[in-house]
Amino acid sequence: MAIFQLLENLRPQFLKGERIEADHFRYLFNYPRLWQVAIALMATVAVVPLVCVTVFDYRVTQHALKSEILLRTSRLASNSKRSIAFFLEARKSALDFIVHDNDPEALQNTTRLQRILEDLDSGFGGFVDLGVIDDQGRQVTYVGPYRFEGKDYSPQAWFQEVVEQGIHISDVFLGYRKVPHLVIAVKYPLAKGSFYVLRATIDTGPYNRILSELEVSGSGDAFLINQAGIIQTPTRSSGEVFEKAPLPVPPYSEHTEVYETTAANGVPLIVGYAYIPSTQFILMIVKKTDQVMQAWYATRIDFISFLVVSVAVILTVILAVATYLVNSVYLTDRKRLMTLHAQEYASKLASIGRLAAGVAHEINNPLAIINEKAGLMRDLMLIKKKDALEDGRLLRETDAIISSVERCGTITKRLLSFARHMDTRRKTILLPELMEEVLGFLGKEAEYRSIEVTVDIPDDIPTLYTDRGKLQQIFLNIINNAFAAMEDGGQLTIRASRVDPDHVAVSVRDTGCGISPNDLKQIYDPFFSTKTGKGGTGLGLSITYGLIGEIGGQIDVESQVGEGTCFTVKLPLRIEEKGEAK
Amino acid sequence: MRVLLVDDEEEFVATLAERLRIRGIEADWATTADEGLQRVVETQYDIAVLDVKMPKISGIDLKAKIQALSPATKFIFLTGHGSEKDFIAGTSISEFYLIKPVQIDDLMEKLQTAAGQTGTPS
Repeated sequence: MAIFQLLENLRPQFLKGERIEADHFRYLFNYPRLWQVAIALMATVAVVPLVCVTVFDYRVTQHALKSEILLRTSRLASNSKRSIAFFLEARKSALDFIVHDNDPEALQNTTRLQRILEDLDSGFGGFVDLGVIDDQGRQVTYVGPYRFEGKDYSPQAWFQEVVEQGIHISDVFLGYRKVPHLVIAVKYPLAKGSFYVLRATIDTGPYNRILSELEVSGSGDAFLINQAGIIQTPTRSSGEVFEKAPLPVPPYSEHTEVYETTAANGVPLIVGYAYIPSTQFILMIVKKTDQVMQAWYATRIDFISFLVVSVAVILTVILAVATYLVNSVYLTDRKRLMTLHAQEYASKLASIGRLAAGVAHEINNPLAIINEKAGLMRDLMLIKKKDALEDGRLLRETDAIISSVERCGTITKRLLSFARHMDTRRKTILLPELMEEVLGFLGKEAEYRSIEVTVDIPDDIPTLYTDRGKLQQIFLNIINNAFAAMEDGGQLTIRASRVDPDHVAVSVRDTGCGISPNDLKQIYDPFFSTKTGKGGTGLGLSITYGLIGEIGGQIDVESQVGEGTCFTVKLPLRIEEKGEAK
Repeated sequence: MRVLLVDDEEEFVATLAERLRIRGIEADWATTADEGLQRVVETQYDIAVLDVKMPKISGIDLKAKIQALSPATKFIFLTGHGSEKDFIAGTSISEFYLIKPVQIDDLMEKLQTAAGQTGTPS
């Protein structure tokens, strides 16, 4: 409950549903909307570039890290390929050297061959046996753990390959010992088209060690396959030797290649491979993408955390700033509207004062007559008793008093009628009648100031269904302004015309001082007045503008300095209930 | 004492003139400035009682015109409510004014005082 109370206290005032009731000023601001727009705009401007930059940086960093990993894989494959190629090349070259350095007869000597095998094994390592095969494919001499003398190799494919190409490096195979090994055979040509072949069996243990000692991240793997896709060396997790490799045989390339793929179980992989020259072997380096990208995943969390924290901070600041600003505007506006209210009230009081002065003056004249007539009657009765009774003077004076009282009565009735019509109900209104009523209060001023008032409202102007009080106030304000603008002896012309089937226009033209083009732009602004210090509040036209808007009308003004001003009010013939104004 | 009353309300000015006449004062009246000026041309008045607010011309302006024709004439102004400002702005403080409706005794007193200033016997 305390949290709800705290949140309620933090909630800005403009969101608490406190409506500013300001009559025609109420349309000024929609604060929640202003607040939402401010937040949306500021958030867009601040967050979108941040997100874009972060996403861009994220992608660049990801790409750079991946490129680095691919490059490292490529380098590892390349180095390993060189080591294995060197291993095989060294042993092939050694055999080459032996066939060139020894007579064929010497090599057929078992003791000599045994010695060579021992030297090779101690010098290079991995040599298991050594045999000399004649051009018929028959093993003539053999040193090693088995007894292969006399074995005929002529039907075997490798023998044909040696005959044709001069060298053969076999796949890995188990052989009799059930130990993985491979065979290197070199051909030595003799005179008359004859030749012999030196064949050595090599234990694959040493290069298995090269591969197993490679630093392949996590559960990565490095192994050889042959061109049929059969695994040739032990693997960590890719299968047993002589099994089909889980990856397809990659396309031939002279250079080391790296590619990304997905294992059968859906695990993404980075694979580097290299064809070992002059052999059937393909070196495969397999890394699990997830494991090698660990560093990237840590960085990625940093990226996302940074983005989330930044966006949260930005949004908090934006929310606080927008709330503070809109609330300040709301409070200022409220104060302003309260001032406007006060001024409006003062302006209304001033209007009532003017009206009261006019009425008092109107009533004062018949009152003065009554006073004099009653005084005269008294004089007649006290001073000239006889005459008064005889010639009917008293009767005449009494009639004059009654007539003056009637005149007062007419004025008070008109005032009452005007006051009664100052309500806000919509009524059917005859424009000439309304204008006569409004002018009734200004007639005496016009007479005293010799202002000629012309009213031209054609008979075809239809009745209006609108707010009578507002219409009275509108024309009272405009005509009052016209009177104030004119010197004595001016002319005021009021004309009505029908502009379209739904509207009438009423123009009020004076021959006053006019309004300068600069002032013309501001005449409807609250507190703008050229009569400052002369009793002008600067609210008359602002209020008039608001009232016209409320009854669905429009106001236009034309003015020439020194010639006069013409206000034209366009009014709808009918104003519907709220929200339906035509 | 000869007094000229000028006011646009005929009933008022005629009745007031009659009441003054009952009190022994020679009072004439006019309802327009032109009529009033015509009377001044025809007759020498000791005092002019003028309404401050009249159509076309104010009492203050009429006073200037009468003064041009008859410099010795003294003035008393009649004013409605709310017109004191106009009156005070356009006249000197030595002149008299009465607020309508006037009490005949007050007017008589002012007439006597004004007449005393001119030295004309009442």
